Amino acid sequence: MDFDLSDDQRMLKDSVDRLIADKYSFEQRKKYMAEPDGWSRELWAQYAELGLLGVSFPEAHGGFGGGPVENMIVAEAFGKGLVLEPYFATIVLGGGLIQAAGNDAQKAAMLPEIAAGTRLVAFAQVERASRYNLADVQVTATKTAEGWVLNGEKSVVLHGDCADTLLVTARTDGGRTDRNGIGLFVVAANAAGVTRQGYRTQDGCRAAEISFANALAADVLGDPAGALPLVEQVVDQAIAVLCAEAVGLMGEMHTITVDYMKQRKQFGVSISQFQVLQHRAVDMFVAVEQSRSMSLFGTVMSADPDAKARSRAVSATKVQIGKAGKLVGEEAVQLHGGIAMTMEYKVGHYFKRMTMIEQMFGNTDAHLAKVAGAGSLF
Amino acid sequence: MDLNFTAEELAFRDELRRFFRTEIPESIRNKVLDGQHLSKDEIVLQQRILNKHGLAVPGWPVEWGGKDWTPVQRYFYSDEIQQAGVPGGLAFNTSMVGPVIAQFGSEEQKKKFLPATANLDIWWCQGFSEPGAGSDLAGLRTKAELVGDEWVINGQKTWTTLGQHADWIFVLCRTDPAAKKQEGISYILCDMKTKGITVRPIQTIDGGHEVNEVFFDDVRVPKDNIVGQPNKGWDYAKFLLGNERTGIAQVGASKARLKRIRELASVEPAGEGRVIDDPKFSEKLAMVEIELKALEMTQMRIIADERGKAKGKPNPASSILKMKGSQIQQWTTELVMEIAGPYVMPFALSDEGSGRNETGYGPEFAAAAAPAYFNKRKVSIYGGSNEIQRNIIAKAILGF
Repeated sequence: MDFDLSDDQRMLKDSVDRLIADKYSFEQRKKYMAEPDGWSRELWAQYAELGLLGVSFPEAHGGFGGGPVENMIVAEAFGKGLVLEPYFATIVLGGGLIQAAGNDAQKAAMLPEIAAGTRLVAFAQVERASRYNLADVQVTATKTAEGWVLNGEKSVVLHGDCADTLLVTARTDGGRTDRNGIGLFVVAANAAGVTRQGYRTQDGCRAAEISFANALAADVLGDPAGALPLVEQVVDQAIAVLCAEAVGLMGEMHTITVDYMKQRKQFGVSISQFQVLQHRAVDMFVAVEQSRSMSLFGTVMSADPDAKARSRAVSATKVQIGKAGKLVGEEAVQLHGGIAMTMEYKVGHYFKRMTMIEQMFGNTDAHLAKVAGAGSLF
Repeated sequence: MDLNFTAEELAFRDELRRFFRTEIPESIRNKVLDGQHLSKDEIVLQQRILNKHGLAVPGWPVEWGGKDWTPVQRYFYSDEIQQAGVPGGLAFNTSMVGPVIAQFGSEEQKKKFLPATANLDIWWCQGFSEPGAGSDLAGLRTKAELVGDEWVINGQKTWTTLGQHADWIFVLCRTDPAAKKQEGISYILCDMKTKGITVRPIQTIDGGHEVNEVFFDDVRVPKDNIVGQPNKGWDYAKFLLGNERTGIAQVGASKARLKRIRELASVEPAGEGRVIDDPKFSEKLAMVEIELKALEMTQMRIIADERGKAKGKPNPASSILKMKGSQIQQWTTELVMEIAGPYVMPFALSDEGSGRNETGYGPEFAAAAAPAYFNKRKVSIYGGSNEIQRNIIAKAILGF
């Protein structure tokens, strides 16, 4: 048992932490948000140069052969910086799906471009009625002479507005929630029949509603009727990454709050001298540390070959992070007082991102139900 | 980063697991796993078995029977002993007075007390808290005056756990009334048979008799019964805080409780099905398991952090273990009450005064459900209440 990072991991952490410290002040972030894409293309190129985009890709495809721990390191730092770039959508989800489901030719065609920062990917999975059930897919894919043709609507596709390539779950067979009959299709974002409506999300990131009207898929990843287990695997990995990002967010909210309590004076003293507030700050601290612990567990387990153990562990992690994140976020705002209610002050932005993470890929209640149905964690 | 243990570590764990589950009588372990009280004889018996095999006092210095274990090995010891339902060394002996005597006592004291303490030939109890000194322990007023060759002790101690069984008591006494309150306290050892000591039982809300009041009325003990230097007792008491922190979270015990809870809920009927089929119940159970998994990982992080650090130096993050560990223990008792349903109600006071034995009404486990719930309220109060733990984190970690 060993929680130490390897030398390479430590170097990665140092470089990504330094990058965030240099490039992601609260003021700089506002500028990136005002750019046409809602994030910085220039920074994206720098991430590529630093090797961050390919850190978890195989070396044969332009990457560094990292895994869940490397993703965790990057995600935690990006959480601290409230990074806006489509790392989660393109690298974690897009890159993850191509690695898990693609054949060698598909990997060779896409992963190096993704690592180089020249291809953006989005995962079109959520549908209005599906909520958190990955097996509930109503978008259809029909085999024709030209190839697979997609019809239907996908919702809240993370960074779907800027993506070059869409990875779309679609039903090729079976009933609406059958586990079999789901395929994972590669669709060019500019293909005929694809309509995208992009918008800003509550946390300052971007997403899109995407409809497919007889849109021709460029390719299919893996078995056109058997994609679900791989989708579940990649979504579990992605949840672990989100949880690591949440640890970064929570840690930062706690630090900012404690610092603020020390300098804010009321009734002639700094408010950090009030025991009732001290104890609430301690409860935040405990929640952050318990989440950090659970994130380590979720990170390691997200690569477990036993799908049941993996999924149970990741869901348990999401529950812990969801509960703790709500507490830490709400308390960060409350302990600050009015200043935290303003867009001008940074802590509210962490709270907003945290709140969005809570409901991404299953909220706390949905994951708790999954854990409860999956037997003992021990 | 690797959450797996080495083959050697796992072999060490497996050997402990085998030992605890084969050498300690099952009747004792089942009582612990069911949350029932043990008799004095049962506690003594199991400690002597442990001691015979060199496993009663692993945290002590090696020359007095301790083990020079790594943090991981110490973790496995407490995790496995708790999961097996083995009560383990009496805490007053093995975690409290023993390490203090080993560190600060005279050679004569070490020879006289340590082997007998390890073997539970002497049963110790703790004379710290007083009616006016709870969380503010340093406000204690029981005083000891040196008269000739003897300390003369007057005052009152309370919450003396299992003092009814005790042969000796270690007492914090005020020996310099003029000094700052932490600086005038001494650590004195006292034979319970000494004239002037009166033990009065306190019945707790679960119906049991675990704790007592102990009165000192001109109690005379030899001068040499002081441990270390006069007026340094507070330092010795604080030294304990850095000792044996890995057991405090009770992660192993809570794992065992949750395992039992899952078994009980899987057989106890509820409507057409069983208790476990109620999604509300199974989600509550899952929630406690998640909290415990997070705590287990936090404990691992603290253990990993201890490696390469000076032994016995308290890590303020240990306060997390106390706070969350106590909450989790309390939640497990709530789950058992839920399984028992209406059969939480019958009350039976056994001759041990524990209220834990079979009432003959309803399922066998149910008799202990409510008493355990009431009893476990103590865990967030004793050993530095959870509010005191928050004060520690606020000061030592957050810098308030």
